Amino acid sequence: MLKLTWRNITRHPLRAALTILGMAVAVLAFTLLRTVVAAWYAGVNAASPARLVCRNAISLVFPLPIAYLPKVQAIPGIEAVAYGRWFGGNYIDERHFFPKFAVDVRRYFAIYPEYVMPEDQKLAFMKDRRGAAVGRTLATRYGWKLGDSVVIKGNIYPGEWPFIIRAIYTGAEPTTDESRFFFHWDYLNESLKKSATSRADNVGWFLIKVARPELAPLVAAQVDALFKNSLAETLTETEQAFALGFVSMTEAILLAIQVVSWVVIGVILIVLANTMAMNARERRGEYAVLKTMGFKGRHLAGLIFGESLILALAGGLVGEVLTFPAVHFFKVSMGQYFRVFPLTRATLILGLAVALAVGLLAALLPAWRASRVSIAEALRKVG
Amino acid sequence: MTGNPALAPAPVVEIAHLNKSYRRGSQVLPVLQDINLTIQAGEFLALMGPSGSGKTTLLNLIAGLDRPDSGHLTVHGINLPALTESQLADWRAANVGFIFQFYQLIPVLTAYENVELPLLLTRLSRRERQEHVDLVLELVSLSDRQHHYPGQLSGGQQQRVAIARALVTDPTLIAADEPTGDLDKKSAGEIMDLLTQLNREFQKTIIIVTHDPEAAAHAGRIRRLIKGQLLNESEPQED
Repeated sequence: MLKLTWRNITRHPLRAALTILGMAVAVLAFTLLRTVVAAWYAGVNAASPARLVCRNAISLVFPLPIAYLPKVQAIPGIEAVAYGRWFGGNYIDERHFFPKFAVDVRRYFAIYPEYVMPEDQKLAFMKDRRGAAVGRTLATRYGWKLGDSVVIKGNIYPGEWPFIIRAIYTGAEPTTDESRFFFHWDYLNESLKKSATSRADNVGWFLIKVARPELAPLVAAQVDALFKNSLAETLTETEQAFALGFVSMTEAILLAIQVVSWVVIGVILIVLANTMAMNARERRGEYAVLKTMGFKGRHLAGLIFGESLILALAGGLVGEVLTFPAVHFFKVSMGQYFRVFPLTRATLILGLAVALAVGLLAALLPAWRASRVSIAEALRKVG
Repeated sequence: MTGNPALAPAPVVEIAHLNKSYRRGSQVLPVLQDINLTIQAGEFLALMGPSGSGKTTLLNLIAGLDRPDSGHLTVHGINLPALTESQLADWRAANVGFIFQFYQLIPVLTAYENVELPLLLTRLSRRERQEHVDLVLELVSLSDRQHHYPGQLSGGQQQRVAIARALVTDPTLIAADEPTGDLDKKSAGEIMDLLTQLNREFQKTIIIVTHDPEAAAHAGRIRRLIKGQLLNESEPQED
């Protein structure tokens, strides 16, 4: 019967090839769109439950005074506190975007063990006030090496800001962003003290590491209570919630992408179901002949399900193979907008599972009809 | 069928007061009315009649391809209308070989594979299946064409493949619906000779439906149907 299933598939080679191609394109689109969604959520997934982000309660745009630091550090349950500030600025021009942060270098990297850099480079970075640590992806993109001089044109903080690359970090996890640019908060702050005094001695956020993840809600509440009714009230939340806040700004887009990914699958389901219905209709007489010989409805259903599943699986596999170069292309051309572009095993398995589900669903109606075919009617002859 | 009843062959098919009708929308079209027929083991019977007389319907009922509305129908003592669809399929696989007017071979399978198809429902090993297929292809003189696809064979050769397929499970009953209807005179003669040989040498009970008096002449008995009614054997037999 397997032989007959295979011969049925190859009966109309062009029809089979086009169906497989259609399924491949659908699975490619599905896995690619799922990967885009996963890339969006990469920051959320990379977040640690033991890290809290404390920012101005009004908005992230408003700063917090550095003077809060000792008060926050004094709260029980807190293991370490670091701080950072969004720098903005452009390298070459606006098209060359990558995130740039002024951070409390010594404590920041202690709280973020996923940024891995050689010890000698770390020391060199810490010692040099104009030093910068960049991710491997970023360094590769611009061909930066250790000791290279890089000038960033400030927009939030006007002027030309020269830096020297002192460290190149790699990510400990596949989801770790390797396209960031870190430098000393002190360097920024000292410059501000000279040029814009009112903006000095401020941070964008405090990064808090709690002793145990279960302490996070309590600590967050204590921090916010501490600065209640102050000039700059705080909003402290887990790193994951903080990252989700960014994602939620683009939730409509994400929802649209997810809907489109399933619509694509719906379209190919209709296409495959139509192909299978057409095949089954053409072979109605043959099914009647098989039934005459003693084959039962389940045998005929098996033939149709087998054919549909093989077509769907072949298309799914071709689609998944094509996903790798497609994701690579996306990564190269869109890498600056996504911290990572993770084509995960789960996405690939989902893509294949969806292809198989489409194969099953597409065969359902034709198989049911074939199994119920009346021999006498199908042979269309009343003598 | 006279003489000592103890020596008379056992009836294979027993039909009494059989009725069958088809529905076309709200209309009910009677196809067979009050059919009474007995077919003995090893008999070669030809059913003749004009188009629409109900002969194919009668053949389909005897072969278990369709169900009567009412009446008595037993084949080998089995009450076919009482069987479920699944039981009927098993019964057909074991007892009936069916030959169609237009051969109805699967075009994507070779002659060998087409003949092997009914054996896939048995528990025979691959080697045993091969022995059976080789034997019947030899019988229909098509051993040298076993790897040809139906499209590469003449009409007569395709019908011989179809006969081999009907024979391969060694059924006791062979039902043939216009087996020579699509063939030239020479091929038709060869096919009828082959069926006659199966009847005489292998004692197969054969029922054919035909328009062709020459084909019917090979049968031991001819029964005619007119407008769904079986004429008495003593009645004048006109088409």
